[in-house]
Order: sequence, then C-alpha cells, then structure tokens
Amino acid sequence: MRRTRRQRAVVYLGLGLGLLLVVGPFVWTALSSVKPEAEIRRDPPTLWPRTFTLDNFTELFERVNMGQAFANSLLIALVLVATNLLLCSMAGYAFAKLPFRGRNLAFALVLVQLAIPAIVVMIPQFVLIANLGLVNTFLGIILPTVVTPLGVFMMRQFISELPDELIHAARVDGAGELRIFFRVILPLCGPALATLGLITFLGAWNNFLWPAVVAQSEEMYTLPVALNILNGHEGTHYNLLVAGSVVVIAPILVLFVFLQRFFVQGIATTGIK
Amino acid sequence: MAVLARPVRLGMGPGGVGWIFVLPFVVMFAVFYLGPLLVGIGMSFTDMRSTDVADPLAVDVVGVENYLRLMNDETMRRAAVNTVIFVATALPLTIALGLGSAVLLNSGIARLPAAFFRLGYYLPTITSIIGIAVAWKFLLEPEAGLVNRLLGMAGIDGPNWLQNESTALPSIIVMTAWRSFGFDMVVLLAALQGIPRELYEAAEVDGAGRWQRFRAVTLPALRPVLLFCTVYTSVGFMQFMEEVLVMTRGGPLNSTISASLAIFNQFGVGNYGYAGAAASVLFTVIVALAVLQLRAGRRT
Repeated sequence: MRRTRRQRAVVYLGLGLGLLLVVGPFVWTALSSVKPEAEIRRDPPTLWPRTFTLDNFTELFERVNMGQAFANSLLIALVLVATNLLLCSMAGYAFAKLPFRGRNLAFALVLVQLAIPAIVVMIPQFVLIANLGLVNTFLGIILPTVVTPLGVFMMRQFISELPDELIHAARVDGAGELRIFFRVILPLCGPALATLGLITFLGAWNNFLWPAVVAQSEEMYTLPVALNILNGHEGTHYNLLVAGSVVVIAPILVLFVFLQRFFVQGIATTGIK
Repeated sequence: MAVLARPVRLGMGPGGVGWIFVLPFVVMFAVFYLGPLLVGIGMSFTDMRSTDVADPLAVDVVGVENYLRLMNDETMRRAAVNTVIFVATALPLTIALGLGSAVLLNSGIARLPAAFFRLGYYLPTITSIIGIAVAWKFLLEPEAGLVNRLLGMAGIDGPNWLQNESTALPSIIVMTAWRSFGFDMVVLLAALQGIPRELYEAAEVDGAGRWQRFRAVTLPALRPVLLFCTVYTSVGFMQFMEEVLVMTRGGPLNSTISASLAIFNQFGVGNYGYAGAAASVLFTVIVALAVLQLRAGRRT
C-alpha cells in the first residue's frame, strides 16, 4: 500500500516509541548494574553511570556464589541440548517416515504432553524423583525434559518434508535403519537441529519451577533459582539484584542477536502454517 | 516397494524399528507425565503430606474432602479470582499489542528497519522471567525506581506500585503484556504477510477506507491465527506464577496471589494431597477454557 510521507513518519514514530518502552527497561537495568549502590539511589538519578564499577558482579560471584549457579545452568542446558537433539530427531524421524502399528496413538501423546501444565504434574514428579533418590542432583533436574514434545513435533514436521526416495535408495543399498537415520536423515536436518538446539537451550536456561523444586542446596542452584533466592534474602539491595538479572538475561540476548534467524524459523516450523 | 522397505538386518518388520525410535519419548512420557498426571489426580483424594513421600501407598483416602476444603479456603478463592482477573485483562492487552505492532510492521516500511523493530519487540519474550521480574521490581521501586522518578519529573508522586493493594496486580498485568506480546506479534506478522495484496486493492477499488479494509479484509484473514494466539496465550497466563513470586510473593494481603502460586505454596508447606486437588481443578479449568475457545472460534 502506498503511504504518504507523513503517514510513514507517524508509523516510524509509533514503532520507535514502542521500541523505547520495550528495550528501555533492559538498558536501564544494564546501566544500573554497573553503578555503585549509592548512585542507584541518588537523587536526581543518573542515566549514564557517573562511577563505573564492576563491584556488584564481583560480589555476586564471590559472596553469593553466582559463578556456581552460572556453571550449573550452562551444564544443564548443554546436556539437555544434546539429549533433545538426539531423542527428538529419532522420534521425529519415526513419526515422519517409519510406519508402525500405533503410530497415530503414540503421536497423540506428543500433543497430550504439550498440553500438560508443569504445575499440575510437579508434585508427583517430585515424589518420583525423591523415591529414585535424585533430589538435589543434576540427573533429577534434567530427567523430565531430556526429550521434549515441542522438539519431537518440530523434527517430525521437518523430516516429513524430506523426500522418501532417499530412504528407499539407502535401503536398496542395504543400509540398516540406524545407519539411514545417522547417515542419511540427520545430515539433512542441519537447520532444524540448529533451531531445536537453540529452543532447548533457551528453555533449559530460563526454566525455573522444576529446578527450584529439585535443587535444594546452593551448589545445585541454577541461575534463575539463585536469583530468586537472592531476591528473597537481599530484596532491597538493588545493586546486587540488578547485576543478577543481567547475568541471567545477557547470555540469551547475545545468542538471540547472533542467531535470530533460527529463532524466527523455530516459530515458523512449530507454529501454524 | 513394501518388500524393499523391509529392513532385514535388524530382523524385524518396519513396525518394530519405528517403536525403537520413539521408545525414549514414549517411556519418558509415561513415567514423567502420564503417570504423574494420574497419580496427581489420585493423590488429590488422599491426605498425603510431604512426610509420606517414602511410602506413598500408606496414605488415607479422604474422598472429596480436599475439594470441599478448596471451596472454603479464602486464599484459594482469592487466587482463583486473581487468576481470572489476570487472564481477562492481560490476554486482550497482549493480543492488542501484538496485533498493533504486527500491523505497523506490515504497513509498508522498509525491510531492514522492520527486522530491527521486530528483533527489539521480541526480546522480552525469550528472556528469563525471573530476570525480567527482578528488573521490573527495580523499575517499580517507590524511590529509586525509574517509573516513579519519571513521574516525579512530571510532578506526580507515584505510588508504591507493588506494595499497594490496588496497583500491585495491575502492575504485574502490564509487565506480563509487555513481556508476552512479542510472540503474538511474530505469529500475526507472518499471517499478515500471507494475505494476498489483491484483496486490499479490490477493497480499495470498492471505496473501502483504511478502517473498513482492516475490518473486512485483515481481521477475517487473521481469524485462525488470532484463535491460536488466544488459546496459546491464555493457557500460559492461567499458570502465571514466577512474576508474582519474585515481585510480591502474592501480597500485599493476597492481592496478587495466583492459582499456581497458591499450589506452589501448599506444596512448600507439605500439603501434597490438598495441592494435588487444587492442581487438578486448575488443569480441568485450563483444558475446559481451551476447548471452549476453540469451539467458539470455529463457530462464529
């Protein structure tokens, strides 16, 4: 549609104002995290830090043990990325290309699991984990999400677009099913695997409820859990809280800015067509 | 073809191989989701407490007692009311922001700035809700917070947003819409870009104004996607908890307690059976709401 100059200016103005409202809180938080506590409370406020300091982060990592939580979050997210890449693409491949009895029923389970809210199954899951002796362990935190329904769904959508002839040709050549999966299918799934890895990392990194239930001592905390505890203990020391918020958010922002094409692809493949 | 497709090496039909590939998913589903879902419903008819974890079968069956207790629990009732208010206000706000920004982004502005704005608007959606909630708690802090400082410059004395019964829940609602609209925007934008240009041109030839074109062409074309956004967003909003946990812990005077937070608190004090009953009710309501929305959306 053709627009006059003035209309276009109004559109840009609206979008710019919106962007300020959306990104402003991030910028303010980031700038505050490098100010000393006194400057955060100073009146009139400063936008740009008058005294630039990394003390808030140092204190966070030395006294409150955020470093451990950071390492835990990273480890958990990476392990979950690995298990999901493998297990979701295996299931997705079978749902897309291997006819077997009960396939539709099994695929319905994917949709059922997508619809089960975390809070509803949380307590029985905890009882189960407790009886397996996995409370306060990495395994306990990781187990329920080693293979996620969203990932299975995504991989099925992607793999079903691949031509059947590839598989038939490989079978004619005498390749076994595992070989076909690893040598023929997986190498073609690059973009989908990148998206799945990113979505999994994001979900694991941001996940709060389950790690908060399973991790019960400081050395097991993930970043969101540690930040919530910090918020409970030092709810008014905003210098620390704001720095903690930056530590949780910043890695995801960096990933997002560099890999945003895969994020958008993720929505396109999982979402509606 | 069927003969060729039969893998001889594993010594079983294609059926068996398929099951092996989906086995990890099916086993994890049964153990960590279906089982717990059923156990949770069963548990809600017992007096199970955290002390019964080692021997879950030793609990006493109390019938519907937990459910009766729910109905007379002031906190639970407050949580239910707050959840309804939250969804009823945050949902339309989120969808309106998502639709508004998608329409602006689709109104013929250049590709690069459009991508830039889209990137910015989508940011809050992918960041940790705990991190966001902490940042917003700081923004809304009565003295050092940015919001009251900006209001102060305009000569307005801002309230203590999160400690005031009348402003706490609205503050959290606004934050939630701010955080969530980016998802709806991306989905709606994709749908907008799929609407054939000819439809608009035809409407313009027929003399339709901007608003009429929006109502007669855009909205009908977006209906399925709007329905998806509504169902998806409200299922998520029905479970809101983390923002409240960080920002107000449900206070002041339970004015922000949500259904999920009330369940989480009951779990925290060890009332597993009771929490299970509340969770079963929440689950039923979420499913019912989604089904109703889908039906209403298909019919009209």
